[in-house]
Amino acid sequence: MTLIPISDAITLLVSNAPIYTNQLGGDGGWTSYIGLFSMALFFVMIFYGQRIQSRMMIRDVESSLHKLRFIKDEGRKTAIETLKEAGKPTVDISSRVDRCLDYFTIGPQSMDPAGIVAKLDHILEVRDQRLLDEVRLMAPQCDDVQLHNMENTLEAAMALTYLYKVVRHYYIQGKKTMSLYVIMQLQMVLPLVMKEAEAFSAALTAFSFGQPIGDSVGPLIAGKLMHGYEAHKVYKDCVVATVPFEGRTALVMKAEGPGGNVGKPGDAIEAVIEENEGKIAMLVMIDAGLKLEGETVGDIAEGVGSAIGGPGVDAFKIEEKLVKYKIPINAVIIKEDIGDAVAPMRKEIHDAADKAIERVRELVLERTKEGDTILIFGVGNSIGIGQ
Amino acid sequence: MTQSNQQQSSANKISLYLMFIVLIVLGLSIVTLFSAVYAYYILDEAIVAGFLIIIGAFALTLSGVVLYQTRRNAATLKNDAPKMMTIIECKNCGTKTTREFQRGDFVFKELDVCQKCSEQKQMITGVYKEIKETGKIYAI
Repeated sequence: MTLIPISDAITLLVSNAPIYTNQLGGDGGWTSYIGLFSMALFFVMIFYGQRIQSRMMIRDVESSLHKLRFIKDEGRKTAIETLKEAGKPTVDISSRVDRCLDYFTIGPQSMDPAGIVAKLDHILEVRDQRLLDEVRLMAPQCDDVQLHNMENTLEAAMALTYLYKVVRHYYIQGKKTMSLYVIMQLQMVLPLVMKEAEAFSAALTAFSFGQPIGDSVGPLIAGKLMHGYEAHKVYKDCVVATVPFEGRTALVMKAEGPGGNVGKPGDAIEAVIEENEGKIAMLVMIDAGLKLEGETVGDIAEGVGSAIGGPGVDAFKIEEKLVKYKIPINAVIIKEDIGDAVAPMRKEIHDAADKAIERVRELVLERTKEGDTILIFGVGNSIGIGQ
Repeated sequence: MTQSNQQQSSANKISLYLMFIVLIVLGLSIVTLFSAVYAYYILDEAIVAGFLIIIGAFALTLSGVVLYQTRRNAATLKNDAPKMMTIIECKNCGTKTTREFQRGDFVFKELDVCQKCSEQKQMITGVYKEIKETGKIYAI
């Protein structure tokens, strides 16, 4: 007997099917059982197909949920360890940290939207202050820089806890109702949620060690421009330095570092514009911008408008002032992924800082005259970036 | 046992359950392949052997893929801190060195006097992490 290849065996099977059916016992042989089994499977799939699909999706979500819980618990552990290490508390802070992780903020009522920005600003300010006070209580030995880093660490742990709880909520709801649509929605967004969770997990390490993150590229650029010149504090955790720049006077601003801090860019820009009685030839905002898939990390793009994230309070304040004094606004952004924005700064983003400065230089030379006063703001978290 | 270890073990329980199923499929696929050899040489049934080889090979590949994916998922569960680097520069002589990040490092932090020129203090000019792109690149 000689060996024949599988492809030949299949050809032989197809061309001589009736002969083999007879050889294997005809209609009553195992081929009939396969037919019967296929029919049964077909009917099972008609009635239970969706249920089977739901179960498979639930298992998929479950494995992600396990991973999410692991990341969340690691976050909690890191937060507690960092607070204990830097703050040297005299009592056990675990329960206090747990209380903070469940901390929530209720947005202002928007039925009558007039004045909502001021209300939101107030609520956010109270929230930040409350969190800072909590950290101060838990870590009494911390200096100001460490205090801000601890606050950021706690915020990252809070974000992870929230993500985990939301995913768990929909997972249990889906399991209870066995609704394909509830489970499907959760399964569809899960890759994005996991990406965000992994980014926050990386952020925890960066915050606890005081390392610059992707979002710190704005302050890094501003820091490079203002370094060597005297910087003084303006409104709430922001600094400004007067720098001679290509025959112009540049007022370079950033959040005060090296502690984890974004400052209040809206109020700070408002204050500086008012201080200069609106005589600002141009405002340049430099920030990290979200890249689209296919774009390269560290690419630089130019545009107009206030390049600033967050709930919109700062952008609103800046725009109000710009409209009042008719100040043109330009933006330079450094492209990065959502995961890179909160994770420790990548080399590509770090290297992009010098290229961005060149773009700002070109922008200033093309759009302003010698002797003008310009305002440059490096937006972002100043963690790990001095001035 | 710490809480994180408990979490890790609960995550591992899932993969153990999966591993059990995969091992059963793996065992069955090997049996199928042996049956194929038996059918071909002993029973002289080339077609049945062909069938069994296809089923066995398919099951073997499938269990291999699932096993590989499970191992990959388990690997991503580890929370590894990236290696951070600090760039130190002397503005006077231009000496540039790179070392591993140390707690307390930040950009624009002044360090000791430069050992090369002994004139100016060295300064940290950058802190970054170096990572290699591991994902698929879609060149469109």
